[in-house]
Amino acid sequence: MTEPLLSIEGLKTHFFGYDGLVRAVDGVDLEVNPGEVLGLVGESGCGKTVTALSVMRLVDAPGRIVGGTIRFDRRDLLSLSASEMAQVRGAEIAMIFQQPKVSLNPVMRVGRQIAEQFIRRRGMDEAAAWKEAIGLLAAVGIPAPEAKARAYPHELSGGQAQRVMIAIALSLKPKLLIADEPTTALDVTVQAQVLALLRERCKALGTSLILVTHDLGVVAQVADRVAVMYAGQVVEQAPVERLFEAPEHPYTRGLLGSIPVLGALKPRLVEIPGNVPTLDGVSVGCRFAARCGERLRVGSRCETEAPPVIARGPGLQVRCWLADPAAADKERALA
Amino acid sequence: MSSLALERAVEARAVIRRAGWRWTLRQLFRKRTALIGGAVVLFLIVCALWAPDFVPYDPFKVNTLNRLKPPSAAHWLGTDELGRDLLSRVLIGARFFVLVCLISVSIAASVGVFLGLIAGSGPSWLDVAVMRVIDVMLAFPYILLTLAIIAILGPSLWMAMISVGIAGIPGYARLVRGEVLAVKQEEYVEAMRALGAGPAAIMVRAILPNVASSIIIYMSFQMPLAVLAAAALSFLGLGAQPPLPEWGAMLVNARTFLRTAWWTSAAPGLAIFVSILALNLLGNALRDVLDPKSK
Repeated sequence: MTEPLLSIEGLKTHFFGYDGLVRAVDGVDLEVNPGEVLGLVGESGCGKTVTALSVMRLVDAPGRIVGGTIRFDRRDLLSLSASEMAQVRGAEIAMIFQQPKVSLNPVMRVGRQIAEQFIRRRGMDEAAAWKEAIGLLAAVGIPAPEAKARAYPHELSGGQAQRVMIAIALSLKPKLLIADEPTTALDVTVQAQVLALLRERCKALGTSLILVTHDLGVVAQVADRVAVMYAGQVVEQAPVERLFEAPEHPYTRGLLGSIPVLGALKPRLVEIPGNVPTLDGVSVGCRFAARCGERLRVGSRCETEAPPVIARGPGLQVRCWLADPAAADKERALA
Repeated sequence: MSSLALERAVEARAVIRRAGWRWTLRQLFRKRTALIGGAVVLFLIVCALWAPDFVPYDPFKVNTLNRLKPPSAAHWLGTDELGRDLLSRVLIGARFFVLVCLISVSIAASVGVFLGLIAGSGPSWLDVAVMRVIDVMLAFPYILLTLAIIAILGPSLWMAMISVGIAGIPGYARLVRGEVLAVKQEEYVEAMRALGAGPAAIMVRAILPNVASSIIIYMSFQMPLAVLAAAALSFLGLGAQPPLPEWGAMLVNARTFLRTAWWTSAAPGLAIFVSILALNLLGNALRDVLDPKSK
């Protein structure tokens, strides 16, 4: 297998707030291969966005990356100097955000905002950069790109604004694009178009994509592989078909069970009881144990001992005692 | 006073953001008060530039035979204690009005904006250091502060303008710092960082243009205050010195004749009154157009 483009190991990003420590990201392991679309899924507050910002090294005080390594394209991102990291941002790793309309500078024409990248980073002159910008607007499906390049952000719709953001993010042909909930603020029909566009542009440029979302429907539509996060950790990683067919972790099963299926005769959607635990305490045992409907099958081990990451096949990893062969034996013995 | 202006400037920025400058100007032209204020200010600027070409008499020419003459066909506003034509002196005096506007407001705005920017975007120790100095300046009443600065610099028209400028710095610094802190939280600044923009690029391309509109509006509120303060300093003998036809300085001389020759006080007094009124009308009209609550 080829070397992964991005590999995160044991990443810990903690926030040192007034009311104590919050372990927003607490031991995340993640790999992204060249050209791959990875869906990063989880509930609100599980650390998806902080993981993404950590890769960009854009975590602001009081947050700090306190442990782990982030290797990108054979370099250790965490050991780069601030100016080296600024060079990586935009040119090699780009990011787009949840609210496209407020991610654009309101007092600058959108064409200029794209052209800016070429002028600042590639040393192009204004005319050439402007021409490139119009080409990019056309490539992301903006109608009448010459006219729209002169528009200000408030003259665009949400979908158009997100297309412009995609154009800016991909302008320097980065190797990795991180999209943080790129379609959450858009309505459903536009969502599908923007997702299709994201996938198409990334495949065309050979750019890897990390798609951060809480929407499993989005993941199913776009991702090649999925990582499910819970309480600051990745609890399951699997190819997308495998995840939807045979989810291994009880949390993933819960998430999938809570999606309404159109036309299916489900009497009641399954909910996961309780809330995501606050990430400020020191946890013993599995972080999902308190909400897990299946913990009794393994016995008390879930409450006392944190499960390790267990490999279950190629590209398939689970952080759950149920996946431990010893647990299966025990279960059989109990039965 | 200044915190109210501050609030208005912040609100106005939001409106301009939504509606654009062209809309703002069109609304302004529809207001009669804005037109009157604008016309007076325009007239003052014309006087400042070309008054020597059209004043009826030499404003410095002493004519002892014509001392303290009441308004007449020959001298529309009368003459002062040295027989100088008051109309000519008042018109020439517009020059100092415009000069005070330009010099003290640009000193206050340039230094204040710079301090606000570094306080708002620099490291926190710099923020604390700058803002505590600003707080100390704010602790003094406005006129007292200008007096203190004059006491250090020495009395003259230029020093009066500089001191009024310095006394205006804290308002701008506070406004800009607050706005920078707000703009810094905006997603487009985060997005620019994510695209690899350095702090200097973010400052020049994102923060400054987004703060500019509040600065302009705040200026329109500060200008009349600056002019009034400069005239007050001249009145106290700490600004323009006689025989300069600065309105405040003219009032001091006229005070002696208040009971016998009222027109010597009326001419510069009315000039100050009308010009400040014009600036205020303009500023208020701007606020009315831009403040959603006043509609």
